[in-house]
Amino acid sequence: MEQIFNKISEQLYNDLAEKEYLTLSLSGENSQFIRINNAKVRQTGIVNNVDLIFDFIFDNRNAKGSITLSGDYDNDFKKAQEELDRLRKEIVQLPEDPFIVLPKNTGSTKESKTAKGLTTDNAVDALLPVMAGVDLVGIWAAGKIFSGNSNSLGQKHWFETETFSLDFSLVNKDHKMVKGNFAGSDWDQAGYEKYIDSAKQKLEIMNKPPVKLKTGKYRTWFESKAVADFLTMFSWQGVSEASVRQGASAFIKMREEGEKLSPLFSLDEDFRPGLVPRFSEGGEVAPELISIIDKGELKNTLVSSRTAKEYNVGSNNASGNEVLRAPKMAIGNLTDADVLKELGTGLFLSNLHYLNWSDNIGGRITGLTRYACFWVENSEIVGPIETMRFDDTIYNLFGDELEAVGDNIQINPEVETYEGRQYGNITCPGMLVKSFELTL
Amino acid sequence: MTQHLQKLLNGIDVKADWVGLREVDERTTVRFIRDGNPQTNARAKTHGIMVEVLADGQFGYVGTNDMSSAGIQTAAEEAFKQAKMAAKYAVFAFTDQARPKTVGTYVSPHKQVFGNSAPGELNDLLVKGCKALKVSDKVISTNAFAQIVESKHGFVSTNGSDIFQDFLLVTFDLVATAQDGKNINTRSAGGLRGLSRQIGAELFEEEWILNKAVEIGEQADELTTAMECPTGDMDLVLAPDQMMLQIHESVGHALEIDRILGDERNYAGWSFVKLEDFGKLQYGSKLMNATYDPTYPGQFASFNFDDGGLKADKEYLIKEGILVRGLGGKESQIRSGVPGVANFRASSWNRAPIDRMGNINLEPGDSTFEEIISAVEKGVYMEANRSWSIDDYRNKFQFGCEYGKLIENGKLTKTVRNPNYRAISNPFWNKLAMVGNQDTFEMYGTPYCGKGEPNQAIRVGHASPVCLFKDIAVFGGA
Repeated sequence: MEQIFNKISEQLYNDLAEKEYLTLSLSGENSQFIRINNAKVRQTGIVNNVDLIFDFIFDNRNAKGSITLSGDYDNDFKKAQEELDRLRKEIVQLPEDPFIVLPKNTGSTKESKTAKGLTTDNAVDALLPVMAGVDLVGIWAAGKIFSGNSNSLGQKHWFETETFSLDFSLVNKDHKMVKGNFAGSDWDQAGYEKYIDSAKQKLEIMNKPPVKLKTGKYRTWFESKAVADFLTMFSWQGVSEASVRQGASAFIKMREEGEKLSPLFSLDEDFRPGLVPRFSEGGEVAPELISIIDKGELKNTLVSSRTAKEYNVGSNNASGNEVLRAPKMAIGNLTDADVLKELGTGLFLSNLHYLNWSDNIGGRITGLTRYACFWVENSEIVGPIETMRFDDTIYNLFGDELEAVGDNIQINPEVETYEGRQYGNITCPGMLVKSFELTL
Repeated sequence: MTQHLQKLLNGIDVKADWVGLREVDERTTVRFIRDGNPQTNARAKTHGIMVEVLADGQFGYVGTNDMSSAGIQTAAEEAFKQAKMAAKYAVFAFTDQARPKTVGTYVSPHKQVFGNSAPGELNDLLVKGCKALKVSDKVISTNAFAQIVESKHGFVSTNGSDIFQDFLLVTFDLVATAQDGKNINTRSAGGLRGLSRQIGAELFEEEWILNKAVEIGEQADELTTAMECPTGDMDLVLAPDQMMLQIHESVGHALEIDRILGDERNYAGWSFVKLEDFGKLQYGSKLMNATYDPTYPGQFASFNFDDGGLKADKEYLIKEGILVRGLGGKESQIRSGVPGVANFRASSWNRAPIDRMGNINLEPGDSTFEEIISAVEKGVYMEANRSWSIDDYRNKFQFGCEYGKLIENGKLTKTVRNPNYRAISNPFWNKLAMVGNQDTFEMYGTPYCGKGEPNQAIRVGHASPVCLFKDIAVFGGA
């Protein structure tokens, strides 16, 4: 597909007229999806999808388009030509854009990672047998994902990787669940079976009698995945410079009112592990490392070139929607072995569910506990808690109430597949807070 | 309209028990103006075919955008292989009864098509909308947004189904954010959980849009000096543009039979509703009548057939408060034995159908808006959803709205900002005390209801009258 992308790109760029600029990006996947319920196959199939996205500029006007590619060059090139012609007809009708950013040639990159994964023919037989005897529900998603980007000034990027993920829940007879995710690039059958066996053992602790809690404030340990759930919210009306400028960000208090978070909390945008492409859909390459929060102080928001031009600030080549693509939270010094001891009495929360801003400008988030969430007394797990709703602010949780940060950093892979399988992860440790408000 | 699909189907050579081809050819056009300047003018086109094959009781699928004869044959062979390999581990052994033979068509109701001059005209109108939203210097940001989806769906199968459905779907929004010191508030025409319907270019009527923009701008401005929503247990009156979200989260998702069967437990969750509850559970008060209505003209998720080929009809889900029917397509009906509806739907050609909401509506009652307000001694009236969250069993929810009004001694009084409420679904619906009449009934929808693994965002519609709930926990902002 890379060759077809390059060939279409070259052909279309050669045909451009004066004052016409074109950026093409490609997004594709060859994915196998196996949906599992009760350790059996509910649905199984394969998706082969490639989208070619056009970003066309002419006379200070901008129009975008996209088409699907079949893999047959002649057919695909014809469709691409038709789309460019359509954009040419439309663009002259559009108003001028005062904040338009012309493409640049800042160099080219290519990363291609192959892996020894399960084939689509042997996945079912490799995955299912070890699930026997337990109620497992989840999704196997595996195969190649690839992205390309090029522009009419000669810049060219390609990123391709092969990954797998079994994202699952184990359920006991009382409907209590633990969450697991076995993900990677090279398949390791023994490692997989060991992981499932370990998850089965974790489920046993959920057999303890459930604890019903009252609403109120609780001392709480959040496991890495629960912290990642909070950090996900930073990409939605949080870290975006445009969102700050347009009155829609929970970070406005930090920018305009000098609010600070805890000195124990630092967050970077860190592309150095190379798990996600550094180039954005516009072809701009982000710095390897950007400090977002440093010891509680807001250092940088994410700024796209367009936002930079509109508000006359520096760009850090963020994506157009200014979301975190490679977030990494700094570790602290609380060891796993000391977590229960330092928690003493309170909540041990492995996962959270359905987070949303309940007061975006105030930085208040509501959501629920889910999966392996326990009540702990005198540093001993008493039992799983009934589902509870919380409503609390990032200024409490990552600010005054933050007592300690774990020293064990974990990678929480992106498992959402709305627009196809995604790159990326949230890398973070767990954290201990003095107070976390449960409301229902 | 499906001759080419029939030809592709006839050319497939696999030893399957059943084969179906489902083609989606969809163009999504977005026009977005912010602060009077163009932010997005984009058209995304997606076109592909899902080849679905039944072998040994298991369906296997391949979604492909290689729609040549050779490409479809390869996809069918691969789908066949996937089905055969999975059959020995199948959740359920299906027959082709899960894909009934159906023939027919559907076209979205519309008066005007979007012509060649539409891009320029629509941009001009949205620019005017932004200007009208900026009613004062307090308004710091304005948005005007239109999304037009033209989607053609074909479905043919080896047991004789031949369906073509042609959809025209429009989503429109206006947004104003106003600031007074530290107080920042946003008011919209409902956002992406608001004005979505099947309609043509006639939706973009200038006078209506500009009047609406001024109203939204003025309310955003008004919210900057409004009092914080009070905290306490009190009566709650919800406008139809919040009822849509209330119905969606605490009725629609809870009644999806595939959730109740456990398919969704790793993602969206389970349900407090059990299979044995159908026909028995007092879901809400006797005033509650909820329907699945794919026949409602112009509603966002109206259609004649679901993606499994089942004919779509209006059905009561909850009648006089009693749960009578679930949201389950043919596969779920076969698996569960519970009566369902035609709601086996896929977001596109690259996703397999699952149980989805369509149009889930609350039928009107007989109270006027004035009668509802005058029945409240102390309460809050809330409009337009801005925050939503509910647990994985669809029990404990918390919703926030953009705009509220105090109700004191039977009258709407002061405006309140940051109005929120929380409750548990089943007791909440049993506190339904008054249901507005047809005059209070309004229709909304959203293009983005998320569910499924792999994930799917699908279009749903919700229509409702104004409703009164007694003694609900209400509260304000941070």
